[in-house]
Amino acid sequence: MDELLAQAWAVARKDLLLEVRTRTAIVSAVVFTALVLTVFNFGRDPTAVPTIDLAPTILWVTFTFAAMLALNRAFQLELENQALEGLLVSPLSRTSLYWGKLIANLVFVAVVEAVGLPLFVLFFDVPVGRVLVPLIGVIALATLGFVAVGTLFSALVIRTRFAELLLVVILLPFLVPPLIGAVQVTAQLLGGRPLSEAVGYFKLLAAYDIVFVSLASFLFRFTVDE
Amino acid sequence: MLSVEGLRHVFGEGGGQVVALDGVSFTLMPGQTLAIFGPNGAGKTTLLKVVAGLIRPQAGSVQVTGGRRAIGWISHQSHLYEHLTVRENLLFWASLYGVPAARRGPRAAEVLGRLGMRDRADRPVWSLSRGLAQRAAIAKALIHDPSVLLLDEPFTGLDLAAAAELRALLGELRGGGAGGRVIVLATHNVDEGVELATDVAFQRRGRFVHFAPRGGRQPAGIAEAYRRAVTDG
Repeated sequence: MDELLAQAWAVARKDLLLEVRTRTAIVSAVVFTALVLTVFNFGRDPTAVPTIDLAPTILWVTFTFAAMLALNRAFQLELENQALEGLLVSPLSRTSLYWGKLIANLVFVAVVEAVGLPLFVLFFDVPVGRVLVPLIGVIALATLGFVAVGTLFSALVIRTRFAELLLVVILLPFLVPPLIGAVQVTAQLLGGRPLSEAVGYFKLLAAYDIVFVSLASFLFRFTVDE
Repeated sequence: MLSVEGLRHVFGEGGGQVVALDGVSFTLMPGQTLAIFGPNGAGKTTLLKVVAGLIRPQAGSVQVTGGRRAIGWISHQSHLYEHLTVRENLLFWASLYGVPAARRGPRAAEVLGRLGMRDRADRPVWSLSRGLAQRAAIAKALIHDPSVLLLDEPFTGLDLAAAAELRALLGELRGGGAGGRVIVLATHNVDEGVELATDVAFQRRGRFVHFAPRGGRQPAGIAEAYRRAVTDG
């Protein structure tokens, strides 16, 4: 188990170091997030629909598509000089490879969300102060779920043509459950509803995470082995 | 030691089947270098991938003393990350191969010194020439001190001087006797690898149509035998 985690960390650390060196994907994702929030901010009529009704959907649509950028780059890094082949020849376990990619993707998406959330509060003037902790909780749970599935699918499509397009097409249907849960919980929190009303959705998100992290850890080897 | 027994692997189904390996067997002891020559599509890369554990064969078995950790893989692709330095790449690969953390730095320095790359250790890979990048790729393959080296078309893209340098280096790496390495070299160009070989195989449509110790045979004789073997029948 120690070796499995050590190898996963080695992969994650390498991916993050590469991202720090190039900054291409993180800058793109952050700029994308800011632009989407700006477009939504100016592209709506605040007198027609209350902000509080729109805001949760806008937040999650933004986070979901920004995360796609991270997921797309996860295995593209390994196509450079056929590094993926080197990884597969090495004694690196497939589970470690998956967890390493998952950790790096989570850090990447967390950075984008850390930039996006204050911008969201600024643009939409929503009261997050008293619900910040549960809001961060639901962001963490939903992000873990869709990054877990997305990391698996990004490995699946990486050797195909139009991988970036294909990833979006096959991933989005799997994101419906965590997105529904995340939007509902966010709406209830921002609407000042008691936390107890959102417990069911928190359980849904936690169950989704457990099922899909486990399933993806098991299935990952079939996506990368020839 | 590397022992391969009765390997068979077929790609595709029905009428589109391609036999990549068909009854391939051999055993190599430390200090032996097998050069496998064959035209494109003969199954050389598939054989190396099966030996390396990248492809599970449909029949047959591979036994490597020391298991997967004992294998070093070199191809015309370096497997290196362009935006990491040579040293960072080596430390990363060392961690995957289970080299203890305290040993990684000294081991990387040792390998880089042996390959004459110590002064380029902190340069990003993208800034290296093709020849230096290939040397860095060899350093990566040696970082865990493998006893079996698999080389898939390692001379592709190298100029004459860099190819000669690589041949000299591989000869040195092979060593001799029980302390030596097993090297398996696959290439379509007889002129490139024959000087290194202690054993020679010609592969065609997945089969070894010739497999014998090189003995005292000269490169020109082997090249002629190869041409006959891959064009006949």
